[in-house]
Amino acid sequence: MSSTPTSSGSVSPQKILVLALIVLGLIAPFGIYPIFLMKGLCFALFAAAFNLLLGYVGLLSFGHAMFFGFSAYVTAHGAKEWGLTPELAVLAGVATAVVLGAFTGWLAIRRSGIYFAMVTLAFSQMMYFVAVQAPFTHGEDGIQGVPRGHLFGLIDLNSTLNMYYFVFALFVGALLIIHRIIHSPFGQVLKAIRDNEPRAISLGYEVERYKLLAFTLSAGLAGLAGSVKALVFQLASLADVHWHASGEVVLMTLLGGVGTVFGPTVGAFLVVAIQNYFSEVGSWVTIIQGVIFVFCVLLFRSGMVGVLTPWLKRRGIRG
Amino acid sequence: MMTIFGIPAQALFGQLLLGLINGAFYAMLSLGLALIFGLLNIINFSHGALYMMGAFVAWLLLTVLGAGYWTALVVAPLLVAVFGMIIERTMLCRLYKLDHLYGLLLTFGLALVIEGVFRQLYGISGMPYAVPKELAGGWNLGFMYLPIYRAWVVMASMVLCLGSWLLIEKTKLGAYLRAATENATLVQAFGINVPVMITLTYGFGVALAAIAGVLAAPIYSVNPLMGSNLIIVVFAVVVIGGMGSILGAIVTGFLLGLVEGLTKVFYPEAASTVIFVVMAIVLLIKPAGLFGKRS
Repeated sequence: MSSTPTSSGSVSPQKILVLALIVLGLIAPFGIYPIFLMKGLCFALFAAAFNLLLGYVGLLSFGHAMFFGFSAYVTAHGAKEWGLTPELAVLAGVATAVVLGAFTGWLAIRRSGIYFAMVTLAFSQMMYFVAVQAPFTHGEDGIQGVPRGHLFGLIDLNSTLNMYYFVFALFVGALLIIHRIIHSPFGQVLKAIRDNEPRAISLGYEVERYKLLAFTLSAGLAGLAGSVKALVFQLASLADVHWHASGEVVLMTLLGGVGTVFGPTVGAFLVVAIQNYFSEVGSWVTIIQGVIFVFCVLLFRSGMVGVLTPWLKRRGIRG
Repeated sequence: MMTIFGIPAQALFGQLLLGLINGAFYAMLSLGLALIFGLLNIINFSHGALYMMGAFVAWLLLTVLGAGYWTALVVAPLLVAVFGMIIERTMLCRLYKLDHLYGLLLTFGLALVIEGVFRQLYGISGMPYAVPKELAGGWNLGFMYLPIYRAWVVMASMVLCLGSWLLIEKTKLGAYLRAATENATLVQAFGINVPVMITLTYGFGVALAAIAGVLAAPIYSVNPLMGSNLIIVVFAVVVIGGMGSILGAIVTGFLLGLVEGLTKVFYPEAASTVIFVVMAIVLLIKPAGLFGKRS
């Protein structure tokens, strides 16, 4: 290695970037509409959870909406009908996603590649039909008017700023967890499976266990995103379990950059911005999302962050 | 009144017929998917959207040009197939050297675009399409009433599926196709134009979807969302059957339609989910699918 060795005391450019982003996140609600920011953060978390699976294990799930949507239902039901405090409602949602993820993952990892994508999509559609029929989801109406409640019985989340900092804290915490997973020995094995599965098997790793654990973790984090979203918008609806939501999270990750740390966040905010901007004009959101999909696959496969990072590095070396 | 297992025969046979019709559509669509997958190694996510396009082209031919059902049955699949071949030549062909997942993502994007455009133009309420007068009415079979059009759909789909199977298994062209599926490079070395064959295969698979769309137009209302609701079930059918064999795709399609119909009789609440449950069970017992080969 010819690069300058970094002693334990020095600060790397990446750390500065992360700190700057956290500060930006803390002051953002004073400049930008907080509801938009919270929506962006929820979807960024959803996309980051999805990216953990696609970017680091190489598994394309086309059914992540089932975790996102069902957690939202359970959190909404818990907060509204059982009177759970927000943190317990969110925990209940995450637990649901973990159980659902462990079960569907156990079945889905029997196939790989495109079959895996089709199996997850099919299970997600099944859960969609369950959501249409089950009485507690209230069908087309969804669960409306979910109370945000008081966090730990103390902090009133009906205040938009309190809600924002709660969402932001969860987002940062979840991203730290994902960072920790990726850089752990477990994460190294995941990347080995992604790059060369037969080799990982021949080295003695029980690949299926690793895949299942990664799938369950990803499902749980996607569930966290769904639960928080249910509290932010005080609503859990069929749109969250629909395959469109599964497609959107794929798009966010693809647009931002598969397998990059910040890519899903960038992609999520872009897609949410497009949704907000074009929401008035009928089906244009769908058309635009489709066009971006086609564009990304044909010409832009490394995504925003995947393109920007090498460019910034090159500039850094020259400058 | 005759009853079978405590169910009126009329209801039982009625649901079985509905199941058979759904099965006919599953079979035609999964056959096209299997053909395309065999040669191109991609899962065509826009298959449902192209099926919807078939129905819409038939509806447009009738309302704009006054061309009837029989014309539409020939013209609509041709037009949609040309559209599909343009997609293959301009976009899909760039992805063959990449991971197969990119083909899935691209066709998913295309499905969104096609569906979005039709939704923007025609809304989401369905357009009615009348049954052609030659096929209107029905026969009373004694134990049930059989609308002629529905009998025609089942017959037409069986003939199409069988014809495609014979074309692939028994003709020289089919032999080239099967050879190219096994080893495209070698077939090309023997002087067969594989890229053209790929384009034509994609066109053929898409045409099958469009024919299914035209056949479906008088049964279901013509609406922009008709394809996306169907395609996910067809994916489950494909997972259950495994894409290894053409005949397997056809048989699985019809069988699952019947299973769905029977579920509607005995336990209607599960009718929309039963295929996915079957998929879970098949994944447990035979992960490669009923007719699939373990790769």
